[in-house]
Amino acid sequence: MSGIPHDHYEPKSGFEKWLHSRLPIVGLVYDTIMIPTPKNLNWMWIWGIVLAFCLVMQIVTGIILAMHYTPHVDMAFASLEHIMRNVNGGHMLRYMHANGAALFFFAVYMHIFRGLYYGSYKAPREVTWIIGMLIYLAMMATAFMGYVLPWGQMSFWGATVITGLFGAIPFIGESIQAWLLGGPAVDNATLTRFFSLHYLLPFVIAALVAIHIWAFHTTGNSNPTGVEVRRGSKEEAEKDTLPFWPYFVIKDLFALVVILAIFFAVIGFMPNYLGHPDNYIEANPLSTPAHIVPEWFFLPFYAILRAFTADVWAVQLVNWVTFGIVDAKFFGVLAMFGSIAVMALVPWLDTSSVRSGRFRPMFKWWFFLLVIDFLVLMWVGARDTEFPHDWISLIASTYWFAYFLIILPLLGVLEKPNKAPDTIEDDFNAHYGHASSDASSK
Amino acid sequence: MTIKKLTLTALTALTLSATGAVSSGDEIHIHDTDFSFEGPFGTYDQNQLQRGLHVYTDVCSACHGLQYVPIRTLGDEGGPNLPADQVRAYAAEFDIYDPEKDEDVARKPTDHFPTVSGDGMGPDLSLMAKARAGYHGPYGLGLSQMVNGIGGPEYILSILAGYTGEEKEEAGTTFYENTAFPGGWIAMSPPLSGEDVDFADGHSNELHHEAEDVAAFLMWAAEPKMMARKQAGFVGVLLLTLLSVLLYATNKRIWAPVKQRAKDEASNS
Repeated sequence: MSGIPHDHYEPKSGFEKWLHSRLPIVGLVYDTIMIPTPKNLNWMWIWGIVLAFCLVMQIVTGIILAMHYTPHVDMAFASLEHIMRNVNGGHMLRYMHANGAALFFFAVYMHIFRGLYYGSYKAPREVTWIIGMLIYLAMMATAFMGYVLPWGQMSFWGATVITGLFGAIPFIGESIQAWLLGGPAVDNATLTRFFSLHYLLPFVIAALVAIHIWAFHTTGNSNPTGVEVRRGSKEEAEKDTLPFWPYFVIKDLFALVVILAIFFAVIGFMPNYLGHPDNYIEANPLSTPAHIVPEWFFLPFYAILRAFTADVWAVQLVNWVTFGIVDAKFFGVLAMFGSIAVMALVPWLDTSSVRSGRFRPMFKWWFFLLVIDFLVLMWVGARDTEFPHDWISLIASTYWFAYFLIILPLLGVLEKPNKAPDTIEDDFNAHYGHASSDASSK
Repeated sequence: MTIKKLTLTALTALTLSATGAVSSGDEIHIHDTDFSFEGPFGTYDQNQLQRGLHVYTDVCSACHGLQYVPIRTLGDEGGPNLPADQVRAYAAEFDIYDPEKDEDVARKPTDHFPTVSGDGMGPDLSLMAKARAGYHGPYGLGLSQMVNGIGGPEYILSILAGYTGEEKEEAGTTFYENTAFPGGWIAMSPPLSGEDVDFADGHSNELHHEAEDVAAFLMWAAEPKMMARKQAGFVGVLLLTLLSVLLYATNKRIWAPVKQRAKDEASNS
């Protein structure tokens, strides 16, 4: 592996040499664990470990849950109650798995927004970013299908609404929808294929995670200054970095355990807080619930989907230009997928030569507004579409696109960035030098 | 039903009924009640669960089943904790069809409570306390649930005690005015009027007390492992907190020389 110069694994004993010449697996693990890591990483760089833990936890709890679950429309709901009441520790497994999905998404949003603020997506880390976006898409698909498996009212009607989105695609939409559902409506065929794919996709995610790690181990981690590690020699690189083990492993583990303590409090004391009561009612195709609300982590994009109604002039214009092929419903679907696409394209939309938001005085404010915008979209996604919610979602959705398509490209030209430190070492020394001089003056 | 119709229903439900439910939601009165099982330290009150079982058996079970609840769990320590012989005797009160003998036989503790369905019968109550939310506020954020819980038992209690005495007839069905029911009119006739049962422990059998006891019982029916879950929560939080302290100290120690070097170099330069 290229990248930052560092010590590589040297097989010492006879057996190590024998194995290394046949399969350099110990060397691979050693190089991965001992990777030089910028020493100025702050606490926003811990979410990767949290995410890796979430994936493992979801796979382990999920495999055990699958042993007791029955993917059949007449038995799925009852098999969940069997898990909750009769399986040893089943109620804990089930609550861990359901709330684990929420922790997974909380962590991934922290991770994504960290990348957006510190410009982690910029060259040469575009591939890491794109793989990350693919992981995020796979996570959404997995979570959506997982939510269908309990076969409650929200499972059924959520599946009906979301697969209905594909039905909005002109000409081929209905065929695609029928193909996804395995029939004309959400039914047993839908449940069995969602179960199968819900079991498969986490392993696809695991493979993508390996590629994600491979990519940023090739370029090196980004860091809060956005200044690259010096690579002239091993000695130079060692001034900017520390090996991942033990410095960052222990730091990350500490953060992970603190987060898990909060997570366990949620499971122990309020495991249904993030769930919807309607999902404790068995699915009934003949009775539509009063509210169909997706899970909280889908709400921002759900809000964008609903924001573009037929009375918005942009929708009418597009409808007219495309001779009615793109109607309001399809426009909404395009907007929803587009909102993720613009995020995936951010490495090429951000024109600024400075990587980290820390040294970008104007960018900081626009980014802060984007975070607020995301939260507003999440809130309005769970509301009805009456005034003023329709206006709020339209304005918030517009800002989301404006940030990526207009503000980021313009800022690179208009903004005069502050000076970044020359090296990571300078940044690190300045931080701890100042901190200690403050302390000694007291 | 075609996909289009289904999707249409769903989308209409999203846009229209959501508003209807929200506007009628303003009139719903759910009273916060201090149940013994609320909060991280809350536990089920065994006597209350046994009284609630009594109310359920004598009144509710006429029209509502508990199809997901195994009768043997009445003997669980984290539940009503009935002695084994009482559980057996309770199970024997209900019949179940035995396909081998081709006749109805008495239930065993391993059987479930009966499933009740058919014309005029009400919904199954196994999960009712988790299938209804009492609180949604403020601003629909549901933050009040953090303090009060989801509010399912409060909803049940408020329904049982929320009849005004008014009734009306629509299309041959009688509806009863209820201050807790969404829409204000419910098809269930007032099930409790007070003094419907005589409790073995001599507890008051006023309407409100009966309703509170059966609401607590239904919370247990919906969440029978709550006590074990909270205990696991405490052990988990405690051990993880302990581990985090150890990791904090380890982290501090590992980084100390690195930070010291940074301090020295900063003061030298």
